[in-house]
Amino acid sequence: MANKKKKRLIFRSVVLAILAVAVGFALYSSFTDDEKAVLKEGDTAPNFKLKTVNHEQDTLALSDFEGKGVMVNFWATYCEPCKDEMPYMEELYKKYKDKDVEILAVNLDQSELVVTRFLKEYGISFPIVHDQKGQVMGEYGVGYLPASYFINPDGTIEKKIIGPLTLDRLEGYLQDIIPES
Amino acid sequence: MNKIKCECGHINPEGTVLCEACGKPVEENQHIDGNNKSKLLNMRYDGSARRSKTYNKTIVDKIWNFFSSVKVGVWLIAITLIASSLGTIFPQEMNNQSPLPAEQYYEENYGMAGQIYYQLGFHDLYGSWWYMILIASIGVSLVIASIDRVVPLYRSLKKQKPKRHETFLKRQRLFGQAEYASDQDYHTVIEQLKERRYKVTQENGHVLAEKGRFSRWGPYVNHIGLIIFLLGALMRFVPSMYVDANVWVREGETKMLEGTEGEYYIKNEDFIVEMYDENDERFKESIEKQGGSVPKNYQTNAVLYQRTDESLPGVDPELEQVKEGEIRVNEPLKIDGFAIYQTTYQLNEFKTMTFKLHEKNDADEKAIGEFTVDLVDPKSEYTLDNGYRVELYDYYPEFEMKDGVPSSYSKYPKDPAFVFHVYPPGQVEPEVNFLAIGSNLDPNGDNQYKIGITDLEMRDVTGLTIRKDYTLPLLGIGGAIFMIGVIQGMYWNHRRIWIQPKEQGFWVAGHTNKNWFGLKKDLEKVLEGTSVEPPEDQQELKE
Repeated sequence: MANKKKKRLIFRSVVLAILAVAVGFALYSSFTDDEKAVLKEGDTAPNFKLKTVNHEQDTLALSDFEGKGVMVNFWATYCEPCKDEMPYMEELYKKYKDKDVEILAVNLDQSELVVTRFLKEYGISFPIVHDQKGQVMGEYGVGYLPASYFINPDGTIEKKIIGPLTLDRLEGYLQDIIPES
Repeated sequence: MNKIKCECGHINPEGTVLCEACGKPVEENQHIDGNNKSKLLNMRYDGSARRSKTYNKTIVDKIWNFFSSVKVGVWLIAITLIASSLGTIFPQEMNNQSPLPAEQYYEENYGMAGQIYYQLGFHDLYGSWWYMILIASIGVSLVIASIDRVVPLYRSLKKQKPKRHETFLKRQRLFGQAEYASDQDYHTVIEQLKERRYKVTQENGHVLAEKGRFSRWGPYVNHIGLIIFLLGALMRFVPSMYVDANVWVREGETKMLEGTEGEYYIKNEDFIVEMYDENDERFKESIEKQGGSVPKNYQTNAVLYQRTDESLPGVDPELEQVKEGEIRVNEPLKIDGFAIYQTTYQLNEFKTMTFKLHEKNDADEKAIGEFTVDLVDPKSEYTLDNGYRVELYDYYPEFEMKDGVPSSYSKYPKDPAFVFHVYPPGQVEPEVNFLAIGSNLDPNGDNQYKIGITDLEMRDVTGLTIRKDYTLPLLGIGGAIFMIGVIQGMYWNHRRIWIQPKEQGFWVAGHTNKNWFGLKKDLEKVLEGTSVEPPEDQQELKE
């Protein structure tokens, strides 16, 4: 009698466990599926390599800045708020370069001419790379512009900001990714 | 005291309502099925002991019993239905056609209600955790409720004996006493039962005639099908089992196939659309009804490549051609489990524009020189023959005026505008020309030269869907088993007829799980040629 009851308990536990695993799997997969497409704070920023628009090197990779804090900014000339924050980045780029914090802006226009024209007009000197086919944009899961990723010296994402930044906030985030020395 | 011994000698498990062997009501358990001494017996699950109603000790038992309840199952389905209908109040995130992110879209468009809608996850209902838990709970309830019912029912139907308790027979819906029936009648009835393909078992003159027992398993077969179907749906979360992605490819362009993890690339060599001939008598009427031309065929002539180097985003891949073919609607190109379908297209995107430079006062507009501008990635300088030079000073792919300043709405050359600087030979100061579709401005008003559009090159964009689905066989099998279960339960009935010999004549009782009319007809036929009256329907009598 006790034996039978024990058997029943084991049977029930096993069935429930199998069901729990299946449900857990479904929930887990659906949530990681959503999140895989979009990078989160704390993730390692994927490496990329793109042609430059205004740099002595032909191409720049994120790995070229290993050990430094990097702000990766996604922008385009047809994005008005992106244009507004460019002068702030220019201002702070010079200030933070000495502190080993780099700014790398990934442009998403199709035509390089438009970009060069814009850089001339705004007097931008920090490195701009051209993601003509939107590959890096896809890899980072960028949907809205501007989008900025503040990457720690160890390659992890410290902060991700969708939308425009003010000068103060931008400076605050740059502060956060200064390498310790 | 767990087991219940019936007076017929059969030992029943705890919670039994009607003795498995003889059907005698177990006194202390009549409340379970709401039986009342003066009423007909509730024959649900043949009065077997549904375990869920008896044990309730450990936490495992409590969870088990929760999901085992049909009431809980029905509530889960009802809640899911209500939630699903609430999810249609505002558009789902994937269909809202808005550039705004979901966290802003719902609040801005629908105010407070929209905000709540978004917060509760109704904007992406099928992806929200609580909706998934609801669906999963229905699945769990399906499994547990089935196990808890099919096992005792099976046991009870297997253990049943031809000899039934008098109470059991008296409290069947179809019951009759044939006191004047003869031995001859008794044998005729048995013969006629066999003729009507009843399975007859006898025990000391007691008769059980049974037909279509397997229809009782219909609902459980049906549940097994559903569970397999749900498992198939679950498998869709595994990327190696299921991929459904879209990609737009312009003519001449090579693009990565989404969903293949960067392994395959596709080139759109040519995109072709053929329309039905509007002058053809056969089609004229329907085309008019449709209100425009109707495509007969659209196809992409494509080349498939496989990447041979390590992928690093941004770096152009090394590709090796693996396949070539034409993709038409319902005629996909297949590779490595992936099928690439033609889904949609956009025609006539601007690719290049050709301009000519001529003297402003020349009535014939004779070309001094011609040049072609690539609208996706234009060059900045064009040198014409005879020493003229044109600089593309600024370019707006999709031109608009914003606060009095020319700008571009997007990066796609949908409505291009140009600022050209023309340098005639030997001149240092350029002439400025502003050109857009339908307008040609001379900002300073003293230009000697003019630029005009002479030619346009268009190209088409093909919309492809990449699909891989290894869950289909599972869904197919699940669906088939589901249907078999439905048919099994719907088109067959489990009919039983009992005959109990008495000192004078015999008693007849009948039970079926559905279609009482059919059982009554059967009884009429079986009793034909005997002195026995067909049993009365005790339920109808009462009403």
